Amino acid sequence: MLQEFADLLVYQGLGLVPGSTLGGAINFFVYDSIKIFLMLTIIIFGVSILRSYFPAERTKKILSHKREFYGNIVAALLGIVTPFCSCSAVPVFIGFIESGVPLGITFSFLISSPMVNEVALVMLWGLLGWKIAAIYILSGVTIAIIAGYFIGKFQLEHLVQDYVYEMKVGDTEITDQSFAERLQYARDYTKEILKKVWLYVIIAIGIGGFIHGYAPEDFLVQYAGKDNIWAVPMAVLIGVPLYSNAAGVIPIVTALIQKGMSLGTALAFMMAVTALSFPEMIILRNVLKPKLIAIFVAILAVSIIFTGYLFNIII
Amino acid sequence: MKIEILGMGCTKCNTLEDTAKQAVKELNIDAEFVKVKDIKEIMKYGVMTTPALVVDGVVKVSGKVPSKDEIKAMLQ
Repeated sequence: MLQEFADLLVYQGLGLVPGSTLGGAINFFVYDSIKIFLMLTIIIFGVSILRSYFPAERTKKILSHKREFYGNIVAALLGIVTPFCSCSAVPVFIGFIESGVPLGITFSFLISSPMVNEVALVMLWGLLGWKIAAIYILSGVTIAIIAGYFIGKFQLEHLVQDYVYEMKVGDTEITDQSFAERLQYARDYTKEILKKVWLYVIIAIGIGGFIHGYAPEDFLVQYAGKDNIWAVPMAVLIGVPLYSNAAGVIPIVTALIQKGMSLGTALAFMMAVTALSFPEMIILRNVLKPKLIAIFVAILAVSIIFTGYLFNIII
Repeated sequence: MKIEILGMGCTKCNTLEDTAKQAVKELNIDAEFVKVKDIKEIMKYGVMTTPALVVDGVVKVSGKVPSKDEIKAMLQ
């Protein structure tokens, strides 16, 4: 149905010739944009309703004094549904530590929360299919579990800024919302996210469409194909400064995959974009000593590079 | 009335402050505004998601910017 609408608009409405390069590119652009915005609206709305049942205060109570490994799994899963923005990373970190959430489990949450988010999920699902979206989520959660587990094992509690342990956090009650309030929250949240990402999505789908229509086939095979051993670490390096902008990166990555970038390299790149964010490191500097930030980045980078190589080998 | 805006200086904190100031003006009430930026002070309220709005020492909302009408309801 969407395809018919795009055909009607582009070939009848704009009078472009079906099968021409320009007509094809614009048709592709219209179809993808409508599809992505429909999916973003529906899925973000659904996820926000789910999220309203898991405020950070409740997640904190669930994770408090959990055993390692089992706790890491729960934390990584809760990271998907707990609303989180990097501007709240510091209070969330302090709140967790203060209420007895072990350090490694806190990290599992801090890794999974930005990496596995609904915007990335929609973009991957809509543009690359549900299988790749599922691979991304599974690898993201696995990385969060393992990286958090190791940070816990290394016993790095002394590398947290000392004041964190001296803090007294007031207790807030979790107010129960009515379903109408949850709907209201979901509506506001969906509007907020769409407002934030729409321009990036349109520009990125436009660039993706341009690459799709005009770049020669296989032009990336030599640089980003399976056989270039440096492609994965390079992709991670390039991904770090493009922080947390899944909406703007995934449409372009989709086009690059069609032009010969291998899937493992693409996954590593997208994970570096969402999980290794430079501003978040600066924010975390408030609660972590530099050495712990370095260890955190190193463990995360190694896990992401490993995941990239793994999928380059098995797919 | 004492109104505190909790947050470490994100853009949403400024939006919340502006909205709250408008609400106060429209309700024509006397209120003192304080911006709390120090993380230790913020944590004393048990708030984990910013920005947060505190009215006379009570946390009214955290983690989102409520609409002007919602703030008005909290102030009355």
